[in-house]
Amino acid sequence: MSQQGAAEGRKGGRGGVRLIGGTALAQSTSAVRLDGVSIAFTLKGGKRYVAVEGIDLGVAPGEFVAVVGPTGSGKSTILNAAAGLLKPADGSVTVFGQALSGINARAGYLFQADALMPWKTALDNVAVALEPQGVARAEALSRARDWLGRVGLATFTDRYPHMLSGGQRKRVALAQMLIRDPEILLMDEPFGPLDAQTRQIMGNLLLELWAANRKAVIFVTHDLEEAIALSDRVIVLSAGPAARIVGEYPVTLPRPRDIAEIRLEPQFHAIYKEIWACLRVEVSRAYATGPA
Amino acid sequence: MNRPIGRLGLLALQILVGLVALAIWHVLTVYPILGQPKQVQFFFSTPVDVLKRTWAEMANPEIWNHLWITLQETILAFVTGALGGIAFGFLFARNALLAAVFDPYIKAANALPRVVLAPIFALWFGLGIWSKVALGFTLVFFIVFFNVYQGVREVSPVVLNNARMLGMNERGLLRHVYWPSALTWMFSSLHTAVGFALVGAVVGEYLGSSAGLGYKIHEAESVFDVTGVFAGMLILAVFVIAIDAVVTLIENRLLVWRPGGAGGSV
Repeated sequence: MSQQGAAEGRKGGRGGVRLIGGTALAQSTSAVRLDGVSIAFTLKGGKRYVAVEGIDLGVAPGEFVAVVGPTGSGKSTILNAAAGLLKPADGSVTVFGQALSGINARAGYLFQADALMPWKTALDNVAVALEPQGVARAEALSRARDWLGRVGLATFTDRYPHMLSGGQRKRVALAQMLIRDPEILLMDEPFGPLDAQTRQIMGNLLLELWAANRKAVIFVTHDLEEAIALSDRVIVLSAGPAARIVGEYPVTLPRPRDIAEIRLEPQFHAIYKEIWACLRVEVSRAYATGPA
Repeated sequence: MNRPIGRLGLLALQILVGLVALAIWHVLTVYPILGQPKQVQFFFSTPVDVLKRTWAEMANPEIWNHLWITLQETILAFVTGALGGIAFGFLFARNALLAAVFDPYIKAANALPRVVLAPIFALWFGLGIWSKVALGFTLVFFIVFFNVYQGVREVSPVVLNNARMLGMNERGLLRHVYWPSALTWMFSSLHTAVGFALVGAVVGEYLGSSAGLGYKIHEAESVFDVTGVFAGMLILAVFVIAIDAVVTLIENRLLVWRPGGAGGSV
């Protein structure tokens, strides 16, 4: 119970941030909430590896939360728990106040690796996302076409994934995720494999789409600048194993933001310095103990 | 190192290799180099004789009947073998216990040289086309089975998780993820599978039948008609190339999504 209390307390302190972000929701239910979540894996040879431990994290509807941490800190693990792809060994995951069992149907997931079906065209990849909802094929195709237009791929509908660049594939994946209109967006270093310019373009595209229809977002990244530029709140994880949350920082930069330009603001630097002071300790710890 | 040569240049070289081989064959069998030409020709025939005989055979409507029989056996063996392989491949890949229990038996059955089954199949299914289809089936089944099994097992976990996150149930996953993935693997072995279907048909015919290309070759062989054997082999080769071209056509059509196109593999 005490952990839960602490989580509530943090949320209270964040109210002002959300006002600046533009959503003055008086809603107390988190879109997704992790309470005292621990996740362990059984390694080859029967050894137990605790990836994350005692994670308390609530994300309000319409809030953009970024999670940063050194490599091996279990960032993706947290995301997979929120997605229902991993079952926590301990603690609970609740989605809009309801305990999560199985796949989180109200969440969309943007993976770091290519997750498109290589045997489907861009259009089919996006349209197929509507099939589980029982949308008729013709309507699904027309909506998919519309979404591909929104991510700037109107003329690439008939391309197969291997005919698209890395950035274009991410755009398709983004359209595939957003066409279902999920209330929670989970993103696992989605722009990690892209080059710096493409990352900025994708970041701005994401913010633009998100601003038009605000969802709760958990955005995992190892890039602190990206985390600050995108989010309302940055969560810092400690070095693994048994990673915990060691810091939580509101980002009060005004929106709308331009990813490339916001980095030049003095306020950005101040926030960066503050979070880096916390993160650097964990990064150096990860390097000291880790295999890297 | 690899200097690009044009399409025509390559074709010219390919034809040249064939012509040189034929020329060597011709010279060695027509001129007294290895011994008496008559005697040498008994064992090796001559290219001109073989071509003449092939031409004569092709002009005779009887050969088309034999080809039709062999084609029927090949297609039936391929279709039944592929269907069986797909069904069991899926079943075993999705059911770990079943796969574990049957594993030693499948390995044993696959290790068995299938030719030894031909006489049994002839006994069970008679000397008609079905004993050949059965032989081809045993060859095709295992190739397709192993490939489909692998294809279903090795679906990218990210693609699978993504499809799950899109809300797909087991049926959706089967249709949009497992099935296309398994098909890819199956088609990557399509040339081999079709080739084995033909091997099953021809070997079956060779070992006991009254029609088909294998029968033709066996018939010529039993009277030491080397020219007839070579002519039969030549017709068989042309037949195989034609079937292979059709397979490539189908493959290119079905695997357009694959990087680098579908051709050239195996």
